[in-house]
Amino acid sequence: MSVFSHFFSPADIISTVEFNHTGELLATGDKGGRVVIFQREPESKNEPYNQGEYNVYSTFQSHEPEFDYLKSLEIEEKINKIKWLPQQNAAHSLLSTNDKTIKLWKITERDKRPEGYNLKDEEGKLKDLSTVTSLQVPVLKPMDLMVEVTPRRIFANGHTYHVNSISVNSDCETYMSADDLRINLWHLAITDRSFNIVDIKPANMEDLTEVITASEFHPHHCNLFVYSSSKGSLRLCDMRASALCDKHSKLYEEPEDPSNRSFFSEIISSVSDVKFSHSGRYMLTRDYLTVKVWDLNMETKPVETYQVHDYLRSKLCSLYENDCIFDKFECAWNGSDSVIMTGAYNNFFRMFDRNTKRDVTLEASRESSKPRAILKPRRVCVGGKRRKDDISVDSLDFMKKILHTAWHPTENIIAIAATNNLYIFQDKVNSEMH
Amino acid sequence: MGEEEGLRQAQLLDTMFVRGLKRKCFDGEEDIEGTLAGFKAIPSYNLQRQSLLDMSLVKLQLCHMLVEPNLCRSVLIANTVRQIQEEMTQDGTWQMINTQNAGHASLDRLVSTDILCRSSREQTEAKHSPGYSTFPKDFEETQSQDSSEIMSAVSSGQAPRNLQSNMWEMESPQENRGNFQKSLDQIFETLENKSPNSVEDLFSEVDSSYYDLDTMLTGMMSNTKMGHCDVLETFPSQTTTNSNSNCKSDLNELDHIVEILVES
Repeated sequence: MSVFSHFFSPADIISTVEFNHTGELLATGDKGGRVVIFQREPESKNEPYNQGEYNVYSTFQSHEPEFDYLKSLEIEEKINKIKWLPQQNAAHSLLSTNDKTIKLWKITERDKRPEGYNLKDEEGKLKDLSTVTSLQVPVLKPMDLMVEVTPRRIFANGHTYHVNSISVNSDCETYMSADDLRINLWHLAITDRSFNIVDIKPANMEDLTEVITASEFHPHHCNLFVYSSSKGSLRLCDMRASALCDKHSKLYEEPEDPSNRSFFSEIISSVSDVKFSHSGRYMLTRDYLTVKVWDLNMETKPVETYQVHDYLRSKLCSLYENDCIFDKFECAWNGSDSVIMTGAYNNFFRMFDRNTKRDVTLEASRESSKPRAILKPRRVCVGGKRRKDDISVDSLDFMKKILHTAWHPTENIIAIAATNNLYIFQDKVNSEMH
Repeated sequence: MGEEEGLRQAQLLDTMFVRGLKRKCFDGEEDIEGTLAGFKAIPSYNLQRQSLLDMSLVKLQLCHMLVEPNLCRSVLIANTVRQIQEEMTQDGTWQMINTQNAGHASLDRLVSTDILCRSSREQTEAKHSPGYSTFPKDFEETQSQDSSEIMSAVSSGQAPRNLQSNMWEMESPQENRGNFQKSLDQIFETLENKSPNSVEDLFSEVDSSYYDLDTMLTGMMSNTKMGHCDVLETFPSQTTTNSNSNCKSDLNELDHIVEILVES
């Protein structure tokens, strides 16, 4: 596999990464409330090695920090999620959200400027009308490309708790936003109201034992969506069944393995991310130690389970103490749903081939990747025989976590967010993982 | 030296919690690393479970800072606490610890840490009833004490039956209800969207907790310290001795915040 890496350094910690539907654009959100959009350079025969590189296209401040005076609490400007809308005209649109407010942004290009006005001169000052002797039609002259980003909608005051997910419906008219206890359905054109479709808040907050951790619309069926919980369950809901989807259509839950039971069992079973496959047939979930593939038709257990870093199972108490056990890792499918990817610690990320059952651990770091270098597989040794270049479990850096990863919708290009660095890796030789 | 000890303790705890085995299951378990470690783990299981409980309780407090706490994390920790309590109740160790330590812990150490509860009423109650004590003011301080002392302070001699009952029930303030019950209730109360009925309510909510600066600052500093720990670094029993000196430097920051709040 031949890859090259190219990395950028936004000032702040990247909090979300998302390709658009064609893969031409890649958006990142950061802790400072900024969104940076990268655009893929069109391939050209003149510079074969530069084809397909991503360069900065636009940067804008999406959210600002706020202060909730009523609760005496800060509202972070950190961008939790970005979702692209399917492109319907020349403009691109995306939704970005922080803990409380979702915004719809429109991204347009301007590369022409009208010149030759009748009433204004070149600088824009009004002409003296007595000097105007004839009329002219203004013409469009080319100018340097300017990317303009404007906020088109602001969906505020919909959430009491922290928004963790947004998902655009396949109908391209509605989208949902989920916080810890509720899920709302919005129309993209209407900002002053939303429909509550899931509410798991108990009458008595003292009875609260479970929260919503992630949710997503089905890629093809606009009435179906799934949400995951902190107890490790998935609920598939059908909006045709009832207005309030508190009763799930299907509940996906794997019974606990009694031999592995500990005080941390529930915490590590909490699902941090759920993603439908492109086909819509499967769901991918990530919990603390594994990624699981679920068949929509089978509720009793996942069809595939992959160990991401099982060597951490004996370190759970320490990871609880330093809060790492609460890290929320995301997961991703490749375009053909044959490979799944997720991040881990020490700037490692893992890929699992569902067909060959082979897996690989790779590292995203400046030291180990130079432009056009081949990524070397890494190995974590748990004791016993140790090969050269192996990393021992005890020397893993738990502050270097890869929580956010994204896979190009059709090609083997991946975006990895490692703290405040963005890595983009491309597979040039083969389009299939081998 | 202290770090090494903390490392060993954390590793021991890790070993023991690999499969959350109860004491009686320890015999013949092959995945415990070395019989010596397993042997050591047997008598200290209760102590380590107690440490996990204390750690969890502190985490629940410390998560409340300037930004709203992460609800998912709070719920998971609270569930862990409940799990431990249930197991301790079944074991009978709950009652055992209560009766063993009838002596009262020093109340100087124990200050109402109503960081999460903004009701000045409850604050007053806590100060007025000597038997009614809440969390250790300084977690590191008390960790070095016998952990069973903490348990006695927690229950303050109250009959264990109250603690064994549904821990989510709100009991009247007059009773000496288990403080972590109370604190867990408080946590979820404060996480609700509360709009004060009157201006006085608003200010009474602000007053007490922010003026209990020492407590909160200790908590804040501890949290920062923990957040930067390496995985197998200092177990909470190792005191962060510089935390108190850092406390004072943050007083100004909190004063500033209080100013803003009072003015608004």
